[in-house]
Amino acid sequence: MYNFTFHRPTTVRQAAGLLARNPEAKLLAGGHSLIPVMKQRLAQPSALIDLSLVEGLTGVEQKGRSIVIGAMTRHADAAISPVLQQALPGLAAVPAAVGDPQVRNRGTIGGSVANNDPNADYPAAVLGLGATIITNKRRIAADDFFTGMFSTALEDGEIITKISFSIAKKAAYEKFKHPASGFALVGVFVSKRGADIRVAVTGAGSNGVFRVKSFEEALKKRFAAKSLEGMTIPATGMNSDIHASAEYRAHLVSVLARRALAKATGG
Amino acid sequence: MPAVSMTVNGKAVTGDVEARTLLVQFLREHLRLTGTHVGCDTSQCGACVVHVDGIAAKSCTLLALQCEGAKVTTIEGLAEPNGPLHPMQEAFRENHGLQCGYCTPGMIMSALDIVRRHGNELDEHTIREQLDGNICRCTGYHNIVKAIAAGAKNMPKASTRQAAE
Amino acid sequence: MSATGIGAAVRRKEDFRFITGSGQYTDDVVRPGETRAVFVRSPHAHAKIRSIDVGAARKMPGVVDVLTGAQLATDKIGNLICGWMIHSKDGTPMKMASHPALAAAKVNCVGDAVAVVIAETYEQGRDAAEKVKVDYEVLAAVVDPAKAQAPGVPQIHPDIANNTIYQWHLGDAKATAAAFAAAAHVTKLDIVNNRLVPNAMEPRAALAEYDAGTDNLTLWNTSQNPHVARLVIAAFVGMAPEHKLRVIAPDVGGGFGSKIFIYPEEVVCLWAARKLRRPVKWTADRSESFLTDAHGRDHVTHAELALDAQGKILALRAKTIANLGAYMSTFSSSVPTYLYATLLSGQYDIPSIYCEVDAVYTNTAPVDAYRGAGRPEATFVVERLMEVSARQMKIEPADLRKRNFIKTFPHQTPVIMAYDAGDYHASLKKALEIADVKGFNKRRRDSARHGKLRGLGFSTYIEACGIAPSQAVGSLGCGVGLWESAEVRVNPTGSVEVLTGTHAHGQGHETTFAQLVSERLGIPFENVSIVHGDTDKVQFGMGTYGSRSGAVGMSAIVKALDKIEAKAKKVAAHMLEAAEGDIEFKDGKFTVAGTDKSATWGDVALNAYIAHKFTGAELEPGLKETSFYDPTNFTFPAGCHICEVEVDIDTGKTDIVNWTAVDDFGAIINPMIVEGQVHGGIAQGVGQALLEGAVYDKSGQLVTGSMMDYTMPRAHDLPSFHVGLTETKAPSNPLGVKGCGEAGAIAAPAAVINAITDAIGTEDLAMPATANAVWSALKRATPRQAA
Repeated sequence: MYNFTFHRPTTVRQAAGLLARNPEAKLLAGGHSLIPVMKQRLAQPSALIDLSLVEGLTGVEQKGRSIVIGAMTRHADAAISPVLQQALPGLAAVPAAVGDPQVRNRGTIGGSVANNDPNADYPAAVLGLGATIITNKRRIAADDFFTGMFSTALEDGEIITKISFSIAKKAAYEKFKHPASGFALVGVFVSKRGADIRVAVTGAGSNGVFRVKSFEEALKKRFAAKSLEGMTIPATGMNSDIHASAEYRAHLVSVLARRALAKATGG
Repeated sequence: MPAVSMTVNGKAVTGDVEARTLLVQFLREHLRLTGTHVGCDTSQCGACVVHVDGIAAKSCTLLALQCEGAKVTTIEGLAEPNGPLHPMQEAFRENHGLQCGYCTPGMIMSALDIVRRHGNELDEHTIREQLDGNICRCTGYHNIVKAIAAGAKNMPKASTRQAAE
Repeated sequence: MSATGIGAAVRRKEDFRFITGSGQYTDDVVRPGETRAVFVRSPHAHAKIRSIDVGAARKMPGVVDVLTGAQLATDKIGNLICGWMIHSKDGTPMKMASHPALAAAKVNCVGDAVAVVIAETYEQGRDAAEKVKVDYEVLAAVVDPAKAQAPGVPQIHPDIANNTIYQWHLGDAKATAAAFAAAAHVTKLDIVNNRLVPNAMEPRAALAEYDAGTDNLTLWNTSQNPHVARLVIAAFVGMAPEHKLRVIAPDVGGGFGSKIFIYPEEVVCLWAARKLRRPVKWTADRSESFLTDAHGRDHVTHAELALDAQGKILALRAKTIANLGAYMSTFSSSVPTYLYATLLSGQYDIPSIYCEVDAVYTNTAPVDAYRGAGRPEATFVVERLMEVSARQMKIEPADLRKRNFIKTFPHQTPVIMAYDAGDYHASLKKALEIADVKGFNKRRRDSARHGKLRGLGFSTYIEACGIAPSQAVGSLGCGVGLWESAEVRVNPTGSVEVLTGTHAHGQGHETTFAQLVSERLGIPFENVSIVHGDTDKVQFGMGTYGSRSGAVGMSAIVKALDKIEAKAKKVAAHMLEAAEGDIEFKDGKFTVAGTDKSATWGDVALNAYIAHKFTGAELEPGLKETSFYDPTNFTFPAGCHICEVEVDIDTGKTDIVNWTAVDDFGAIINPMIVEGQVHGGIAQGVGQALLEGAVYDKSGQLVTGSMMDYTMPRAHDLPSFHVGLTETKAPSNPLGVKGCGEAGAIAAPAAVINAITDAIGTEDLAMPATANAVWSALKRATPRQAA
């Protein structure tokens, strides 16, 4: 990789200051997306700002009817968090499904969400639960956050500090793993919180994570796999590559949505 | 060049490194601990797995500077020189869990992390799923799975965590 | 059987160093003053090089030098070669294009090296390599082997028309055509044997050092056959005289064929080390491995089987286009010819066979031997034809096989091979039992209840190992002999070193070979060391590939041990003051027949060296013997693999739920190691069938250029295997061993595809049978079901 300067701030404020002073800098969370890209020399940040010593960025907490996960919480820790297991097990299944064990030992929710890899798992959960992304500057609704592949509403100097998920009564994630990379070939997150019904899909869309409105409509009558029987989504707008055709991905979206619903409804 | 210091296999070490130096390069090239291997460049194969503060990590995807102050354990640190082998090492030998040996250090370090997370009684399904981050091209995994199950059983229960550190 | 002798599952000697991290692979070797080589590689599949500007790169920090193909030519460093001559049908020799270690005028595949940066560190080398400016005139690329010979397609090498290397054939075209004309049933299949990337876990590496004082060059490299590397680099590349070049292959982290070949990087490191008077090391990163290791398979085949109404095979014919990539790698020409078409008789009595093979150049990485090399391709053709024929003729697949098995030996096939021993019924029978084929229909119904399709697939394969004798392979075009050497050195204290010309990259020779010596000499296993992988220690040898090390390598050791015993008896006769003919040797003890006079192994060894009991005129002192062993035939391992799968109808995902392998490897020295070889082979075969496939796009870019896109089999992709053995001893070598390293990879792909096609009820399925591919096949076959 290209060389860079390395910084280890201990507060969000320091980190923000470093970002402001180094316009070509990048934040380093778990590093499991960024470092591989840098090793391939496809990214050339002038500086890396390692967030691992910044205080207050880790942990899973229940605050009222929400679960708040610190941005630097590692997938392995989130996956086994008793708070999460208890209040929102459907969400705990997401970090448990990321990559492989060593990736989960290092990767973080903040890094995953900020990177918005079109095949990453967490964006499906963030959008599928209508979460709120909390930064050092503001709160951003999930529906406004993901703006296309590897692209988010984050502005220069903005650092995700935590993500807040409203506790949904029913929620589940189903993933069809990319056989080589371990990312989601397709991943579907479904949730029901009162009248708010969401079906969010990662891996399939050529523009990153998206919601399936037609499925959500159908689920308003009854939040169950049966409600989607026979329903499909068009292959247009789906990714197509050597691993899966657009048609196959579209097909998997409906299969996985039904399976997620079965899981969410205990069926 | 920035300086880095950490504890590797119980010994305090320091070095001057470029910021871009990976932990695996620091271990192999600076410390000459060549038991940790590099098998890919996309964080897939797990030949480079070591423990950082007791937790398995791919040392090809960590900067040496990220490990400032950390306790790192490599395959060379599992058994005392001239002391008995670690039960997991012994299990790999006893069960023919290796052929060319290249992926083996990473496999053993990952196996210990499986025990740390899942305990001493491991079923085949759990082991196979938890080996997702380690690739072996020789064994077809059959004997690796057997070795890990046997090694886990032979590890002391209470000190799982310490053994992995 | 002793605890460490022949037949015992002895734990491996090698393992201590590997499980403690103290193995020594090429990249672990460090020489004083070592530099790092970083290659500048073509980003284009096909282009002319207009110019190369290394000026900016030379000025980069840490750069020692930047070298190009023009300098290589000036220094008269020769081309890499292919060492097996194949002649076309019309008698013309194969068309071998020139293959310089650094391209100077033209690049022919992505990854072709055009320059090398020698720098103090790897990262500095990478930084500088980016500054080398190469002006390319990009040409249209040829990627699809099936289209490489078509008119109007770009020509890759000058003077090689239609990108055609050879048009070869084997068998009797006329008799085969006549048999087809008379057939009651003809089965036809179009088959693509998918291109694979070997991906040994240790990437290739080379470290070269020059000693100006002695003018000696040393190369440490990741080689399965260091002596052949030395021979080619000395005699053909012309780097240095053979006696001034030492090649050391230390621990080698897997090979699977890909480390047999002589590669450009080894040549360049040697050349640069001498030129710059500094050690030069190159270690591939995995991306380079994907681009530059010789790939495997890549056949496009149309195959047909003719049968009579009772299911008796009358004839088989196949037309194959084999993609050899941009250049002919070291043994590439032999793989789709003598290692392929000669196995098209399978385990069956087939009266007529005719096979045509066109080998073509494409703008892709070179293709050469990969685990099984030709034999997996042949087995896939034969075993798919058998299964499909059985289904079409409504005969049980196992029955169709039984009706056609060869039952008497020796058996001369119509395609060169003379099978010398085997019992195909025995392995099939045992496999049917272990796999509980009787219970399959019930399991299939259970699966159906859970929305899964269950299928069963057979593969009764045969292979030829221990490729020999030399005279025979020479007549087929091989440029080297395929014998093996062994030298047994008995030390004065009675411990033994065995120098073998084979090498090991995971096979455990240090253990198996020591078991043989321990048993034969009656000495402790611990007192035997195996020495290999260094041309300064072992005089010559052919290396390890083609499952040859047991059949040929160990046989050479047996022959050398025979000579050791004979000499030791002479020493003992002098010691015991008896006639040589009266000395008996058993369990490490020399006894005068009919007396209680005896001498131990250690006493005899010592006396051989102190030479107090005999004069030099009677007997030379010392106890060391050499053998060069050339077998009398190939060996023919064979067996039956049965794969059982479950296919998820909704997603197309296949799970292998049961695997049975019953193999006949002849005599076995260490069953634990043999089973391990079977496991690994099956995994690679399953990888080919379900997961792996190298894909180039139309412009010749390797789309599957990393483990992010090329699916390596992982633990959760595979089941535990049920492995059984049958035994018919190989008559062609003194131990009766056959070889086991490739069997799994040869047998497995057909078993998997036969199982999936059984499950989904359509034959229209190519490898790799990914979830998407199976789902699509289901959809094509039964549109309603898969909708």
